[in-house]
Amino acid sequence: MTSLPSPAPGAKKLGLVIDLDTCVGCHACATNCKEWNTSGHMAPLPDQHPYSAAQEGVWFNRVHAYEAGDGDEGRTVHFPRSCLHCETPACVTVCPTGASYKRAEDGIVLVNTDMCIGCQLCAWACPYGARELDEDQGVMKKCTLCVDRIYNETIPEDRRVPACVSTCPANARHFGDLGDPNSDVSKLVAERGGYELMPEMGYQPVNRYLPPRNASSQVKTAPKEAGPLPSQITNPLLRWMDKVLSR
Amino acid sequence: MKPAPSIIFFTVASGAGYGLLFWLGVLKPLGLLPASSLFGATAAIIALALITAGLCSSLLHLGRPERAWRALSQWRTSWLSREGVAAILTFLPATVFLISLAHGETALMVPAGLLSAVGAAVTVYCTGMIYASLKPVKEWYHPMVAPGYLLFASFSGASLLAMLAIFWGGGFFPALVAAALGMAALMFKRAYWASVDATPAASTRETATGLGFIGKVRPLESPHTEANYLLREMVFRVGRVHAAKLRSIALLLGFALPALLFCVAIILGGGASWVFGLLAAASALAGLLVERWLIFAEATHTVALYYPTQR
Repeated sequence: MTSLPSPAPGAKKLGLVIDLDTCVGCHACATNCKEWNTSGHMAPLPDQHPYSAAQEGVWFNRVHAYEAGDGDEGRTVHFPRSCLHCETPACVTVCPTGASYKRAEDGIVLVNTDMCIGCQLCAWACPYGARELDEDQGVMKKCTLCVDRIYNETIPEDRRVPACVSTCPANARHFGDLGDPNSDVSKLVAERGGYELMPEMGYQPVNRYLPPRNASSQVKTAPKEAGPLPSQITNPLLRWMDKVLSR
Repeated sequence: MKPAPSIIFFTVASGAGYGLLFWLGVLKPLGLLPASSLFGATAAIIALALITAGLCSSLLHLGRPERAWRALSQWRTSWLSREGVAAILTFLPATVFLISLAHGETALMVPAGLLSAVGAAVTVYCTGMIYASLKPVKEWYHPMVAPGYLLFASFSGASLLAMLAIFWGGGFFPALVAAALGMAALMFKRAYWASVDATPAASTRETATGLGFIGKVRPLESPHTEANYLLREMVFRVGRVHAAKLRSIALLLGFALPALLFCVAIILGGGASWVFGLLAAASALAGLLVERWLIFAEATHTVALYYPTQR
């Protein structure tokens, strides 16, 4: 049913917290996501022309890079973008078939690919570009928050996190219950001023982004030169050597 | 947004079909159309043929057309589902209406015609709301979009009805309606463009990334070197190069010329006026194809904010 589950107070809201301060833009999260999910719940994640020019494919996670601000305040920010598992996801309510749904028990937004007709209205309805069409199967695919990992009792408990979180070498991705104010992720969001993307759209995304730390709080003095310029050398022997070697 | 030919044909053809059904259902019981049962049946068959062709075309847009029946289930939340339900329900009174027109059954004709008109209006409104409910596309999430779909469908339907009525020698009233709707549609579309052009998008790169607190945000590196589904489907930008010219073409061909030709047909009357009626209806449909292409080509989706600006 594409009607949204009525929000219960204190209900689980599983989601990701992405630290833009520490993300190094290595694309490991995107790669491990592709690796896990191409044989996971919404498998496969097909590629078109994989071994020739114009290769492309379905990915649930895309890592952008932006420049923000100018001069000393300017920053380069690596920016992973994936489904935010919104609390009011229009991708679910616009679905004409009931293939798209939001789980009442943990808030994960999923697609039943056996029911999807590939009308693509959900992709149009998502402001964040979280949904991509599987052009081989003609159905829509999206991030599952690794629903097949996080509840998977055949893998060790400490590894029951989404593939993107488990692989991040910079520990820039965190997974947890954002509906519980006492969870580690909620505390992290509160401490670091985590925010939601495009709040003006009113989709109430669950995922949060942690802002890059304030550049002005960092040391701003120009780095020291490694050594004096040739014209500044005072040692006569070194001056003579510099002259000879410069010929 | 990518202008998919299947959807452009669907909305123009079905729109004209439902518009024709609407005016036939309203004007026929009022006795403002030629009395011939052949006229009524021909008009109803053309309307249903356009509607059916359009709906079939819309299936081509689906990744899994064989599952299309599933789209009828979620009418509680989905305008696409509501459109499907309304379209199928409208076939019931429309079929009765067609039979009553062919047999000259006036007792059945009035309720069936009026129910068909209601069904046609509801279906086109649902089509309009599919677009008007999509917040990420500012050109669509606009109060004039759904009324626009209704107005353009009623105009193109009235044009087809006027063309047929002129051919059957009773085209004065429908041609007058078509000419008036053409002028109304022209002013409406101009007002819509003026409003859309003057309204800045609610979202920016700064809100999309949340990095606005640092300063202006510029894309540095794309996540992928090749195209992807998102870029092809929602970052289509070709249309904007010729948008100004295409807008003029849509206004002239779609609305101004048909209105003028219908006026000429009314003034001329008699034998040769059907030529003007035919030209007017053809011009209206051609102009609406351009107008519908622009609706997609000019529409900007917020996902484009994440990507570098392209031409």
